[in-house]
Order: sequence, then C-alpha cells, then structure tokens
Amino acid sequence: MIKTVPPALIFILGAFLIPFLRGKVKSAYLLLLPVLGFINLINIPIGTHWVINFLDFNLVLVKVDRLSLVFGYIFHLIAFIAILYAIHVKNDIEYWSAFFYSGSALGVTFAGDLISLFCFWEMMTIGSVCLILARKTKKSYAAAFRYSLIHVTGGLFLLAGIIIYANNTGSIEFGYLGLNGLGTYLIFIGFGVNCAWPIIHAWLPDAYPEATIAGTVVLSAFTTKTAVYVLARAYPGVEILIWIGAIMAVFPIFYAVIENDLRRVLSYSLINQVGFMVVGIGIGTEMSLNGTAAHAFSHILYKALLFMSMGSVLHMTGKINGTDLGGLYKTMPLTAVFCMIGAASISGFPLFSGFISKSMIITASGEGSYYIVWFMLIFASAGVFHHSGIKIPYFAFFAHDSGIRTKEPPLNMLIAMGITAFLCIFIGVYPYPLYSILPYPEVAAEFVPYTASHVITQLQLLFFSGLAFTYLMLSGIYPKEMRAINLDSDWFYRKGARAFMWVVDNPLAQLSNQMEKIFLDYIPRSLAWFSRNPLAAGKIASDNIILYLSKMLNLAHPEQVKKRINREKKIYPGDIIKHWPIGSTVVWVTLFLLVYLLIYLLPHWDSNGSQGGHLKSVTASAIAHQSQADDQFDTELTDF
Amino acid sequence: MKKELTIFDKPENVKKVRIVLYVSCAILFICDLFIHKHGHFAWEEWIGFFSIYGFVCCVGLVVAAKHILRTLVKREEDYYD
Repeated sequence: MIKTVPPALIFILGAFLIPFLRGKVKSAYLLLLPVLGFINLINIPIGTHWVINFLDFNLVLVKVDRLSLVFGYIFHLIAFIAILYAIHVKNDIEYWSAFFYSGSALGVTFAGDLISLFCFWEMMTIGSVCLILARKTKKSYAAAFRYSLIHVTGGLFLLAGIIIYANNTGSIEFGYLGLNGLGTYLIFIGFGVNCAWPIIHAWLPDAYPEATIAGTVVLSAFTTKTAVYVLARAYPGVEILIWIGAIMAVFPIFYAVIENDLRRVLSYSLINQVGFMVVGIGIGTEMSLNGTAAHAFSHILYKALLFMSMGSVLHMTGKINGTDLGGLYKTMPLTAVFCMIGAASISGFPLFSGFISKSMIITASGEGSYYIVWFMLIFASAGVFHHSGIKIPYFAFFAHDSGIRTKEPPLNMLIAMGITAFLCIFIGVYPYPLYSILPYPEVAAEFVPYTASHVITQLQLLFFSGLAFTYLMLSGIYPKEMRAINLDSDWFYRKGARAFMWVVDNPLAQLSNQMEKIFLDYIPRSLAWFSRNPLAAGKIASDNIILYLSKMLNLAHPEQVKKRINREKKIYPGDIIKHWPIGSTVVWVTLFLLVYLLIYLLPHWDSNGSQGGHLKSVTASAIAHQSQADDQFDTELTDF
Repeated sequence: MKKELTIFDKPENVKKVRIVLYVSCAILFICDLFIHKHGHFAWEEWIGFFSIYGFVCCVGLVVAAKHILRTLVKREEDYYD
C-alpha cells in the first residue's frame, strides 16, 4: 500500500515550489504534479480519511465515494491537459494560481464537512481571481475585481448558511441537506452563485473571456463543476433545480447568437451545458444523477477543447472577435479540426462525447414526464449546435477570408488539443469506461445510448438545425457579427455601483462637509468665543434681541442699540476680572452649590423609604448566608 | 512555407457541401417512415417531429435573438468605460 496524502495537498503545496524551479526541470515538475496527484488518488480507498478534531468539530479532509471520485478523476485529467497546453508560458503567477485553484477544487470535491468545504471554496476564489489578473490588462483587472466581489458575496451566503445549519443541527457533516430551514437555503444560494444560476450568472461571461489564454481553459473546468458536484451531493431531487437548470440551458443561447467575442460565446454555452447538469440534479433519479456526473466529465473535456482552440486562435492572431476572424482553416487546419471535434461533442453528435452523456439527462426528463423541461432541453440541444457547433468554427475558420495568415500554434498546444480531441471521440465511441465510474454503475450499464431511435432523432435535430443555419445565412437573416457589447445582468452592479458612488461623491460628501463645518468648526468656535466672557456675550446677545425687537415693533433708537452692540463687540471679551468683585463671586458659587445640592437631593426624595428596605434585605440575606455557612461547617464537622 | 488550403475558395466546393447537407436532411427525414421511434412522449413518434422542431427552433432562436434581444441589450463597445 502506497502512503497517500489528501489530494488537494499535492496541488496546493506543490504550487508553492513552482517559482524556485527553472527550465526543463520546471516543465517536468509541472506535468508530473497532476500525474502524482492521480496516482495518489487511485490509492486512497473509499471512505473517510484524515479526520481532524478542531474546536469540538470533526473536520473530514477526505471523504471518497463514487460521486466525488468521478469529479476527482476528471479534475486531475484536465489539470494535466491544461498545464501541457500552457507549458510554453513564462508566467509563474499563472502556474501557481492554476495549481492553487485546481487543488482547492479537489479540496472541495473531497471535503467531508462544511467547514473545510468552505475554506477550500474561498481558496478557489483566490486562485481563480489570480488567473484572471495574470492577463495583466486593464480590462482583466476590472473583471477580476467584479468577479471577486460576486464570489466573496456568494461565499458569505455559504458561510452564513453553514453557521446557521451547524447551530441548528449541531452537525457539520457534508452530505444530503435538502431545502429545509434558513441555513440550507443560504447554502443553496451560495452554491448557486458558483453554478452561474440565471441572474447571478453574469460573472462568468464577464470574467472568463478576460482571463489568460490557458487560464480560461482552467477556469472553465472547475468553478461551475465543483458547484454542480456539491449540489448533486447536497440537493439531489430538489425540484426547483429542474427549472433553474432548464432556464440556464435556454437563455444563454440567445446571447451566444449575438455575441461577437468568441470566447464569450463559449462562456454562454458553458452556462447552457451546466444547465443540463443542474436539471439532472433536480430530477434526482439514479439515471439523471449518472447523467449529471457523465455530462460534467465529458463537458469538461469538450469545453476545454473549444476554449483551447479559441485560445490558440487568440494566441496566434491576437484577435478573438468574430468580426476580425475568418478563413483561418487555410493556415490552421489542425486547430480547425480540433475545434470542430469539440463543436461536434458539445452539440451531441453521435460518436462524440456529448451524445452519450446528454442523452442520459434528456431520457431522465422523459422518464419523469417533465414535458415542458423536455421541450426546453431539446430546444437547448438544437441551440447549442447552432451557436457553439456551427458559429464558433464557422466564424473563426471559415466564413469570409479575413486576410489573416498565421501558423498552427506551438506543438504543446497542438498535443494538448489532440489528446482532448481523442478523448472526446473515444468517450463517444466507447462510453463504457466512463459509465463504469459513474455513481450508479448498474443503472449506467443498462443505459444504451446507441439505439436507432436515439441516433436518428438526434441526427434529425442537428441536421435540420444546420439546414436552418444555411437558410438563414443564404437569406441574409442571420445577424451580422457586430462590434458591440450586450448588456447582461451585470449591468445592475456595474451601473448600480456607479450610481452608488455618485451618491457617495455628491449628496453624501456634501452632507459630510457641512457636518464637519458645523460640528468641528462653527460650534467649537462659537463656544470658545462665548466662554471667553459669558456675561459680556450674553449682553451682546440680549442687545441683539432688543435691536431685533425694536426694529420689528418700530420703536425708537435702534441706531443707538446698534452702536452699543458695535462698541461691546469691539471691546469683547474685555477685562473680565474688573467686573467680578469677590462678593458677587461668592454669591455665585453659593448659588451653584445650592443648585448642585438640589440636583443631588431631588431624585432621592421619594425613595427614602425603599432605601431602608434595601438595607433590611441586605442584612437578612447576610444572616441567611451566615447560617448556611454554619450548617455546612456543622456537616463538615460530623463528616470529620 | 507550407502551401495553404484553399478548398473552400472555390464556390463549387461550397456548393458540394451544401448539397451533401440537403441530401442528408432528406434521407434523415425519410428515415422516419421506416424506423420506429420509441420515446417517452407521444409526439416523439410523429413523423418529422425532430426535423421540424429543430428547424423551427433555430430559426426562432436567431430571429428572436436578432430582433428582440439585440435591440434590448446592444450597446457601444465603450459603454462601461
């Protein structure tokens, strides 16, 4: 038996060694880390391991079961592929954050309790923000900032939920939660932010296209899929997830059709695909949960392949907008082929990976007689072919010739894409290895993806979608790619934050200036002026009142009063001592003492009687205490 | 320098691709007459259901995205700057 360590540790601790290595040793080390991690993982037996006692809670660092294993396998695999894809990059921050981030995702996947889950969850946010920052553009800094704000907010929901849940149940075990009680609802929402649920999804298409070329590949694999994993563990069969998922599957495709940035198109289709998985969780049967796990597995591969091919285009041409690209098949034929394999997989063409996993979820929705959801999913399947399957390869590699002449990307990128493309086809042609690692292998073994009916209906759907695309292109109905941005729900916080800052900068800032003037300037100055000679100040004030009254009542001599005020102001504060003979001072002091005395005595006037009562009760309790002590002393004596 | 591919520069090649698509569509549609489809819902067995649904969905999707969504959400590229 090999000695094993928690899977997350290899990546997270391994990440810190990266900056100290150079050259070939570094490349070898980077590629070896995921392999080591994988060997470590397959040697950890099913069950709970590394239980740490912490503040009366049992932290379970590793809990291995069939569900977490599927995600563990694919996370290691995609980490290896992404690193191979990025091995030419000379940016330690990118490597470090890729490993820190994917390691944290492994931490979440194998966490057996809510506290360690939360810690890894937050570490994922840190790692992913660094992957966006590593692009080092102004846009990426801004996107990373917005991204972190959203995820920190989501994390707070999660934390609040965990605290309430732990308080109510006394347990921090991470297993099935279900929706009952405030705590579980908050945890549900916290997970939902990372899962890119509708309305709280905008961070994804906002930030992913701004990350580094390899960073987007890494990001596309972990954040949403760990969210899918935790939802599948804690909320299987929660009905609302079916509807959330169905909406997720449908609405992004409308955005994808009109979006110009091709990596943003892929971000929208990512939400669309995660929608299928969320539907599977919501249905909650063994078949649908298998479908969710299988779809997550194949989705990570083909989505990474698509992001890698678009990353190669961006790497070689510096451009990613549909308006700037076209005709690249001439100089990048291999990349074009890989892209089309990814496109065929995401569209669910028979013999490609998407087909054998998506059909499980659609079948499960049929078995559950969710016919509206079924219609939405079929629509989403046609739509995803339309925007990811056709639009991405068509506008990048074919369409009009943009005049760009370039080369294939570096060899390591080609190999990474080649491996992934091979896996996409392999899983599609021979799905049984994947089926055998699903959470419910007996159910998966009974599922036959390649029936004549399945294949024919899917092909009909796809070919007629393709026909629709051809018709729309030829007739000129298809919307032209435009240099524009499309507003999404991030508008509310991007513009909302500006409105908030305007309120802070203008009305609120003015108010605070006024307050500062009044409390720190005007009032102290007046008090200082007044206290230099209160008597004279009082005289000036009373003269002012007289002046005011005499003016108002039309009395004679307001001029005289004015002159007097001016004279008084001129000599103010004047000579204080001269006006205060000792006799009158004594009278004043006596008077003040008398007032103090009255203030002191008045509140006590009525409570005189009760004071006596208080005294009595104190005495009584003292006596009682004494006799008790005596009794005790007596008993001690007898014991003795 | 490797010779670049120009296969789709010729209109007749593009036309060939289109013809392959049309023929495949026709064959797939006819398949419905011979292959018994078994689904969970009655309409899955209607002849041409998936073909028509796929076509209508895509046209509807594009038209809705172009005429409704784009008019609602399209802004200049420097909108947020």
